[in-house]
Amino acid sequence: MDKEYVGFAALPNQLHRKSVKKGFDFTLMVAGESGLGKSTLINSLFLTNLYEDRQLPEASARLTQTLTIERRGVEIEEGGIKVKLTLVDTPGFGDSLDCSDCWLPVVHFIEEQFEQYLRDESGLNRKNIQDSRVHCCLYFISPFGRGLRPLDVAFLRAVHQKVNIIPVIGKADALMPNETQALKQKIRDQLKEEEINIYQFPDCDSDEDEDFKRQDAEMKESIPFAVVGSCEVVRAGGIRPVRGRRYSWGTVEVENPHHCDFLNLRRMLVQTHLQDLKEVTHDLLYEGYRARCLQSLARPGARDRASRSKLSRQSATEIPLPMLPLAETEKLIREKDEELRRMQEMLEKMQAQMQQSQAQGEQSDAL
Amino acid sequence: MSKGLPETRTDAAMSELVPEPRPKPAVPMKPVSINSNLLGYIGIDTIIEQMRKKTMKTGFDFNIMVVGQSGLGKSTLVNTLFKSQVSRKASSWNREEKIPKTVEIKAIGHVIEEGGVKMKLTVIDTPGFGDQINNENCWEPIEKYINEQYEKFLKEEVNIARKKRIPDTRVHCCLYFISPTGHSLRPLDLEFMKHLSKVVNIIPVIAKADTMTLEEKSEFKQRVRKELEVNGIEFYPQKEFDEDLEDKTENDKIRQESMPFAVVGSDKEYQVNGKRVLGRKTPWGIIEVENLNHCEFALLRDFVIRTHLQDLKEVTHNIHYETYRAKRLNDNGGLPPVLGKH
Repeated sequence: MDKEYVGFAALPNQLHRKSVKKGFDFTLMVAGESGLGKSTLINSLFLTNLYEDRQLPEASARLTQTLTIERRGVEIEEGGIKVKLTLVDTPGFGDSLDCSDCWLPVVHFIEEQFEQYLRDESGLNRKNIQDSRVHCCLYFISPFGRGLRPLDVAFLRAVHQKVNIIPVIGKADALMPNETQALKQKIRDQLKEEEINIYQFPDCDSDEDEDFKRQDAEMKESIPFAVVGSCEVVRAGGIRPVRGRRYSWGTVEVENPHHCDFLNLRRMLVQTHLQDLKEVTHDLLYEGYRARCLQSLARPGARDRASRSKLSRQSATEIPLPMLPLAETEKLIREKDEELRRMQEMLEKMQAQMQQSQAQGEQSDAL
Repeated sequence: MSKGLPETRTDAAMSELVPEPRPKPAVPMKPVSINSNLLGYIGIDTIIEQMRKKTMKTGFDFNIMVVGQSGLGKSTLVNTLFKSQVSRKASSWNREEKIPKTVEIKAIGHVIEEGGVKMKLTVIDTPGFGDQINNENCWEPIEKYINEQYEKFLKEEVNIARKKRIPDTRVHCCLYFISPTGHSLRPLDLEFMKHLSKVVNIIPVIAKADTMTLEEKSEFKQRVRKELEVNGIEFYPQKEFDEDLEDKTENDKIRQESMPFAVVGSDKEYQVNGKRVLGRKTPWGIIEVENLNHCEFALLRDFVIRTHLQDLKEVTHNIHYETYRAKRLNDNGGLPPVLGKH
């Protein structure tokens, strides 16, 4: 007899193989004033050149420009794993003279993705739900200000319950080390004061080794990450060429932890917490949205909305909340249950018949 | 300033000699040029020395305004320019000041002395500019302040009993701080400069320029210059006020190549190659404020203080103030003199 070995320790491998086959979806939103190095950082993070064909508008054109939402998709493959990365950009944010409510299109976009998912989840064919929900928002803070500006606060307050926010300080090579520390502290204080929830990196397991725990704690303390991006490779007096920015007084190395937090950001965002970001989006943020939605449907005013939505369902253009009112969904579920039961009964009958015929056959053989 | 006024005494003398009265010449007669070297030394070239002595005794006023979003290093730069703590805030980075909800105008005066010359320097800060969510018309308090100073001067000028030396609170120079985005000007920058370049001398500077590499700096400056030109914004030194060819060549070079100056400010000193220099120390190197290979602070300083200080004042007085005055007098149908003293 084999030693006591059931074999489900192989489950992670199975999951791994399945996810490798399935691939991995991730939607990352990048937001903040223009000119903070967002595009360069994304290119540095994912070693791509996503913004090659971008046309930057002139100042006079930006006067009356409203915020637009742009989506760019890129498939990255590494070590046999395919990641379908969708980048959501918000050009025009913070540009115009009057930026009041300029964050509303972003809020609507995020909620639209939730709504789409809710619709798909409640739908009949759930095999191929596309998850276009925004899993993470990298919010860029200017290194030139004295912390969060009024516009930053307004934006963060509008989206913090709807998306995982990771605040970063862009163009961090503008700051001396003591300035970076002071700015980070100021931002942390402001976030607490304004009660803005940013993405909380989960605590590492207690069985991790001390080194890892220390690294993890260091990384958490460096939030908001002060980052520098670069698409250029320079020879910084070291042996190998590195990504960096060459100035007359020295060269900033993007991947040097003494120069900026780029490595930390990459590690935490891409290498360790990609899956957790998706889970938090699904388990916490999306569920919160869903609960709010369905609750508002269950309220008395919802009856009218339900009947209205029944009629407007035909137009299929603008429907404020999930399509099917609760009553309809229940009906469908019951119908489907009925069908399933009937099918099961038939299956049992057929099985019984087969058994009978087999038994008869055996009897006749034996005879 | 007395160029072009006819000598009334000479006219009267001439009418005695010639029977028919001659009409006053529309164009003043060109003064006859005498080369003093031929006649011996007269001594009129000592006027320069006399003026210098007078200036040293009386000193002079200079009022500089700084405009730009908070955190662009305005105060630090002014402190660096005048090598003293003349700006309204202390130089430490951890300033606990809150962004004001509206644009405020804060003027602080200092007397600086150098080589026997006294300068009464006033730095006018504009906290709150460009920091709100809605920044429409946020330049209006600034325009109002500038016009108020012109009005103050006008009232003094128009007095019957005028002061010997009218205190000059007019803004001689406005440093506008452009954020180093590397892309282009922001809509707010355009709007501000469009409105105010007609009222005051604007010198645009690119703030915190240590975030741009040489190529980025050069591209950005070109783009900014082009945008300013396309939008008809004339920054100081304005083309139309170049007095002669020498001015024009000098200013053309500054306008087309150097400006806007990409500056870095600092109030801390570090040791570099055995010298103590003003700079910023980063893990990848020390940025020296006065090193022309690092930034153009020295160019800005020389431009504003060492070569064009007097011209800034003159353009303010002869052009901007006169424009204001003419408009006021036209509107009012002539301003009646204010009786009595203040």
